[in-house]
Amino acid sequence: MIRLERRPQPSTFWTWLTPLLAVALTVVFGGVLFAMLGKDPLVAIRTIFFDPLFSQFASFYRPQLLVKGAPLVLIAIGLSFGFRAGVWNIGAEGQYIIGALCGAAVALALYPMEARWLIFPLMILFGALGGLGWAMIPGLLKVRFGTNEILVSLMLVYVAEQLLAAMALGPLRNPEGMGFPGSRNLTQYDSATSWIDRAGGMHWGVITAFLAVILAYVVMSRHILGFQIRLAGQSPRAAAFSGVNPGGLVLICLGTSGALAGLAGMFEVSGPAGQVSIDFNVGYGFTAIIVAFLGRLHPVGILLAGGLMALTYIGGEIAQSQLQLPAAAIQLFQGMLLFFLLAVDVLTHFRVRLRHREVA
Amino acid sequence: MKLRHLLATAALAGLAGGAFAQDDPTTVGFVYVGPIGDGGWTYEHEQGRLAVEEHFGDQVETVYVESVPEGPDAVRVMQQMALNGADLIFTTSFGYMDQTIEVAEQFPDVMFEHATGYKRADNVSTYSARFYEGRAVQGHIAGNLTESNVIGYIGSFPIPEVIRGINSAYIHAKKVNPDVEFKIVWVYTWFDPAKEAEAARTLIDQGADVILQHTDSTAPQAAAAEAGDVYTFGQASDMAEFGPMPRVSSIIDNWAPYYIDRTQAVIDGTWESTDTWDGIGPGMVGIGEISDAVPAEVKAEAEALAESIAAGEYHPFTGPLNKQDGSVWLEEGETADDGTLLGMNFYVEGIEGDIPQ
Repeated sequence: MIRLERRPQPSTFWTWLTPLLAVALTVVFGGVLFAMLGKDPLVAIRTIFFDPLFSQFASFYRPQLLVKGAPLVLIAIGLSFGFRAGVWNIGAEGQYIIGALCGAAVALALYPMEARWLIFPLMILFGALGGLGWAMIPGLLKVRFGTNEILVSLMLVYVAEQLLAAMALGPLRNPEGMGFPGSRNLTQYDSATSWIDRAGGMHWGVITAFLAVILAYVVMSRHILGFQIRLAGQSPRAAAFSGVNPGGLVLICLGTSGALAGLAGMFEVSGPAGQVSIDFNVGYGFTAIIVAFLGRLHPVGILLAGGLMALTYIGGEIAQSQLQLPAAAIQLFQGMLLFFLLAVDVLTHFRVRLRHREVA
Repeated sequence: MKLRHLLATAALAGLAGGAFAQDDPTTVGFVYVGPIGDGGWTYEHEQGRLAVEEHFGDQVETVYVESVPEGPDAVRVMQQMALNGADLIFTTSFGYMDQTIEVAEQFPDVMFEHATGYKRADNVSTYSARFYEGRAVQGHIAGNLTESNVIGYIGSFPIPEVIRGINSAYIHAKKVNPDVEFKIVWVYTWFDPAKEAEAARTLIDQGADVILQHTDSTAPQAAAAEAGDVYTFGQASDMAEFGPMPRVSSIIDNWAPYYIDRTQAVIDGTWESTDTWDGIGPGMVGIGEISDAVPAEVKAEAEALAESIAAGEYHPFTGPLNKQDGSVWLEEGETADDGTLLGMNFYVEGIEGDIPQ
């Protein structure tokens, strides 16, 4: 008989091993799935994990990893603060949209003025403020009225999506677009684009993501705020005794994650996406939740997890076009990753024991 | 940074050129906005791809990627296709427009064909179908069938193509039934079965007994079948499995001949950037079998209408027609020019409500 025994402390060993185990299990079961679809599982796995890095066209795919990974890492870093403290921001997707709208609105309002020194910093500011403001809605409601931030932040995603559609069709629509929805293309507006080197996959969002990783690492391990966040997550009572203001902490956590998600949206809309369009958001805010947990809510872990997730996206697309794997199979493959991570997390918190015959 | 950019671009171009040269069979790529099993828009493009495969056999290889979001992901998918040796790429949704132009600049040796857009380049053609011709036939049938005089219309995005369809259907429904009224719901998606079904149910609740859709899934058909006594039309694909009721007819997009033609042109080296907009006449738009749920005389009229459009004897937008605000659009006997149709951003007189701005 197998018996689970709760560990007094989560195992550090398993904390770091479980993500690797989850990846391994995903590869195995994903392979079975691909085999059942009539594809060679080894070729499919190789296409997804190795081709983007080492194939003939890797020089083209590698920069794409930066483009795809940057928003994931940036959002996930923000989320990790809250998740550590037990503040559950599920609505990063909405904050991402609002950040993009605010950033783009600034640029479009000033179009066609040529003043990058003014416009781009303003966009960054407004992008961050937009995301922060949107995250303050669930934050203030929670602090003031005790509402559930999971529900409120998630529901606000759908509000943000409607707002996005309204903006793409209305105030932000390209006046020279022949009545079609969608704003001007910001990549064609030199003062507003976030691209640094397009072919190299470098835009300001990538740089900001790396900076966020470093900053988060410092805050978490060296700063009193990091201590308070960890304490609040592990033991709210102890945190209260040591003078942590729980309401303030909720606002700081939601504000940080909102601001970073807003920044990610702003860099995306002025770079890879280029324009405010009705279906501008493609789910980075939700995928970032997987990235945050896969990275163990640790800045370096998140960086690695974001890279891995980007890899499955790029590799998944290659597998689609080269092996004609259905899109749904790739999404299933990514979903498996979170599922297995949560499943094997049991090992972090429990010890597996073979039951011995007990003496009466 | 500049230098690096240039080098990288040159490398891309070099790779593309190399892939192009070493290719033996011609490779044709397809980028789809929905899943190939959507039963509508993407399904018909997939039929076109299969027709290319069948027609050319070993001479041509085809690849496709489905459910590609209209945004930066589309750029990467097209680049991957081009890198992997595609000679001709069909991008089959309006929202791929800027992305197609962008990738086409990077790969001057690869030919691109963008569906329903208006931006072209030396290696980018555009193509679309005159769906509004089919809408005229639909409007004629719908106006005859409705008893509540309320026709529901599921709009995807308020872009000229969709507005053209609404106007065309309305004009011809109104002709046979002066009391007819259109209720329009915008769902802001091409493919979302849940949203489409919800829109259909809302329209039925508001008294609509005929539902027209400009979205890609069969969900509205299913919702109508559930409600009973509601008529629908197949959209983009025949959707015959929902006939004879609720589906009484359909507009079928037939891309196969065009795809075969264009592939042949690439093989022959005669491909040029063109702008194609074909209707019922050349066969790009088909009218699906009109079911027995439609009275025989209405069916005969509808078929006659389709034939006169196909023969070029009748234009669905023939004056006198006024705009919604009452101002004159077309004088008696005057027909609409393509420029106005392509940028259509107004309702004709009689349609209530505003186009979302």
